Amino acid sequence: MSRQIDYRTAIREALAEEIERDPNVFIIGEEVAQYNGAYKVTQGLWAKYGDKRVIDAPISEAGFIGMGVGASMLGLRPVMELMFWSFAYVAFDQMINNAATVRYMSGGLLHCPIVVRGPANGGTNVGATHSHTPENLFGNMPGLKVVCPATAYDAKGLMKTAIRDNDPVYVMENTKLYGELWDVPEGEYTIPLGVADVKRSGSDLTLVAHGRAVITCLKAAELLEAEHDIKAEVVDLRSIRPLDEETVLESVRKTHRVVVVEENKPFCGVGAQITAMIQEKAFDDLDAPVARVSAIDAPAIYSPRLEEVQLPRPMDVVKKALSIC
Amino acid sequence: MSAILKNESGTGAQFAREAINQSLEASDKVRFLRDMVRIRNFEERSNKAYSQGRIGGFLHLYIGQESVAVSAASLLGPNDHMITAYRDHGHALAVGMSMNECMAELYGKATGCSKGKGGSMHYFAPDKNFWGGHGIVGGQTPLGLGIAFALKYQGKTGCCLCFLGDGAVNQGAFHESLNLASLWDIPVIYVIENNGYSMGTSQERSSAYPDFLAKRAEGYNMAWDAFNGWDVYELRAGFHRAMQRAHNESRPTIVEVATYRYRGHSVADANSKVYRTKEEIEQHENLFDPITRWKNTLLEEGVITEEDYRQLNREALQEAEASAQFAEQSPWPAEADITADVYHEVDHQTESGLTGKHFFND
Repeated sequence: MSRQIDYRTAIREALAEEIERDPNVFIIGEEVAQYNGAYKVTQGLWAKYGDKRVIDAPISEAGFIGMGVGASMLGLRPVMELMFWSFAYVAFDQMINNAATVRYMSGGLLHCPIVVRGPANGGTNVGATHSHTPENLFGNMPGLKVVCPATAYDAKGLMKTAIRDNDPVYVMENTKLYGELWDVPEGEYTIPLGVADVKRSGSDLTLVAHGRAVITCLKAAELLEAEHDIKAEVVDLRSIRPLDEETVLESVRKTHRVVVVEENKPFCGVGAQITAMIQEKAFDDLDAPVARVSAIDAPAIYSPRLEEVQLPRPMDVVKKALSIC
Repeated sequence: MSAILKNESGTGAQFAREAINQSLEASDKVRFLRDMVRIRNFEERSNKAYSQGRIGGFLHLYIGQESVAVSAASLLGPNDHMITAYRDHGHALAVGMSMNECMAELYGKATGCSKGKGGSMHYFAPDKNFWGGHGIVGGQTPLGLGIAFALKYQGKTGCCLCFLGDGAVNQGAFHESLNLASLWDIPVIYVIENNGYSMGTSQERSSAYPDFLAKRAEGYNMAWDAFNGWDVYELRAGFHRAMQRAHNESRPTIVEVATYRYRGHSVADANSKVYRTKEEIEQHENLFDPITRWKNTLLEEGVITEEDYRQLNREALQEAEASAQFAEQSPWPAEADITADVYHEVDHQTESGLTGKHFFND
């Protein structure tokens, strides 16, 4: 049976269901318990599950995330909230040197079943230090998995899979999506990592995106069809690493034209990886160069009027699409 | 608090009378001596292999500090765990890892404890409650906290002994860990093996507070202790106190152990006799060598004879030599092994490991 819930509620349901399913799952983070979460993702969970399963941490990201990595080596499954993914930068050593490599350096004797989650987005006028989109940074680290859900349905299914996964999974959400309503079925379901989703089918052009850029692309696709009679297909990567290359390539083989869209910065961004992959594996299928739309390449600007311009808008995607169609 | 008796030659007789030491059998005491001698012989042999170009990268020798790891390991119960930094050979052998797997790891061979993927700084033996072997200074301190957190979460009476050097006490992650440990009553014991130098920088040049490094515990409402690191009885008595606090009260402790490394920060430390005097090194070797002192204690107690000691040494030398032969003759990891042990789900070919692309070379 279908119903509509918002993105944050979908994540909360995933967390609650996994806490109930597995006694090793617990939530830890700043303001996640008694304050009910800075963005209310964990609202009500502390009241329901208590101090053992929902833990307020002091502002010590390196300390509590490193603690979670250590606890996971003994079989616990911490789900650690970063109030902003930008705060990962003070916990980098724990999140990379320890979480990403401890399995490798032990020759496979250990594994690290952790989830780190929280919002990773610009567009909220909080300045450069709170607006990072590090999916490309963490996706660059073998040993890590990175997921960027765009819809409530995906957020719930991917979160449950992430918690059950035996490797470190970093889930990057988006504060601008938290309130968006989507159809989400009642009851249990999961979505595998590494499987992209065609969010809209089309025959003339492929738009590849992840996270909120998927929503931007869906709006752009409507404009392209209404105003230019161009039928765009929207491929949502959902998972950055592991990556579903085949779904992207299948779409490219059908449409022969691609725009890769991201809120990531362009230099070595996720779009760079996708673009290189397409030119190498679908070169003969292309009728135009692979085009990219990324955030404007500067630290996130505060000015509300200009930050709106800095991130890809539907009109930017339309303009880029028209340049290759 | 115990006082650090550095440069005074106490016998540790008062510690020998403590219950935790009174309960020792002669065979236990000999085992401690054997373990220390084995660590030293292993490291001397690895040093030789390093100078022969058989070992790459870093080699941080523990020579002079053997009593610390051996005494701590001697107290571990089934729910007690250890984790340390990059100077990890002594801890690894003390918890029962074999010379063969450790030497082969140094050689980068497939038979190494980490299949040649970790090297000198990254030994692990989860089956022996030993969680590494960590290369970044202070980086293991939140992990040790997490291990102890997990024990508490699981309702087990145990602790985690998390070793660090005097150079790690100024890292932020360590201070965050101290606060969390005390705030949440986590049974972790931070053991500062203070060998006087963080690489080439002395304590006076690196730490603003001139007194015991362990005293920083007071800022976190945490217990602390400090004791000499060359007498097995004293070390066991000191560690036991902290472990009792962890087991019975679920409270953390910082323990500072005065010790000394005879060699450089690593074998590649060209200045190891520049930032300190030759006389200082000789003084420690002559007066405070943990093996010599424990040997003398056991001779005085009539537990061993000089010939027994010579025999222990011969056996350890042979074992170390055999481990070098084992490492020499062992195969290299295969090229395909480079991308194994990265993802658990891929290694086990689970559904999750089979969906999507995990590696991007082609």
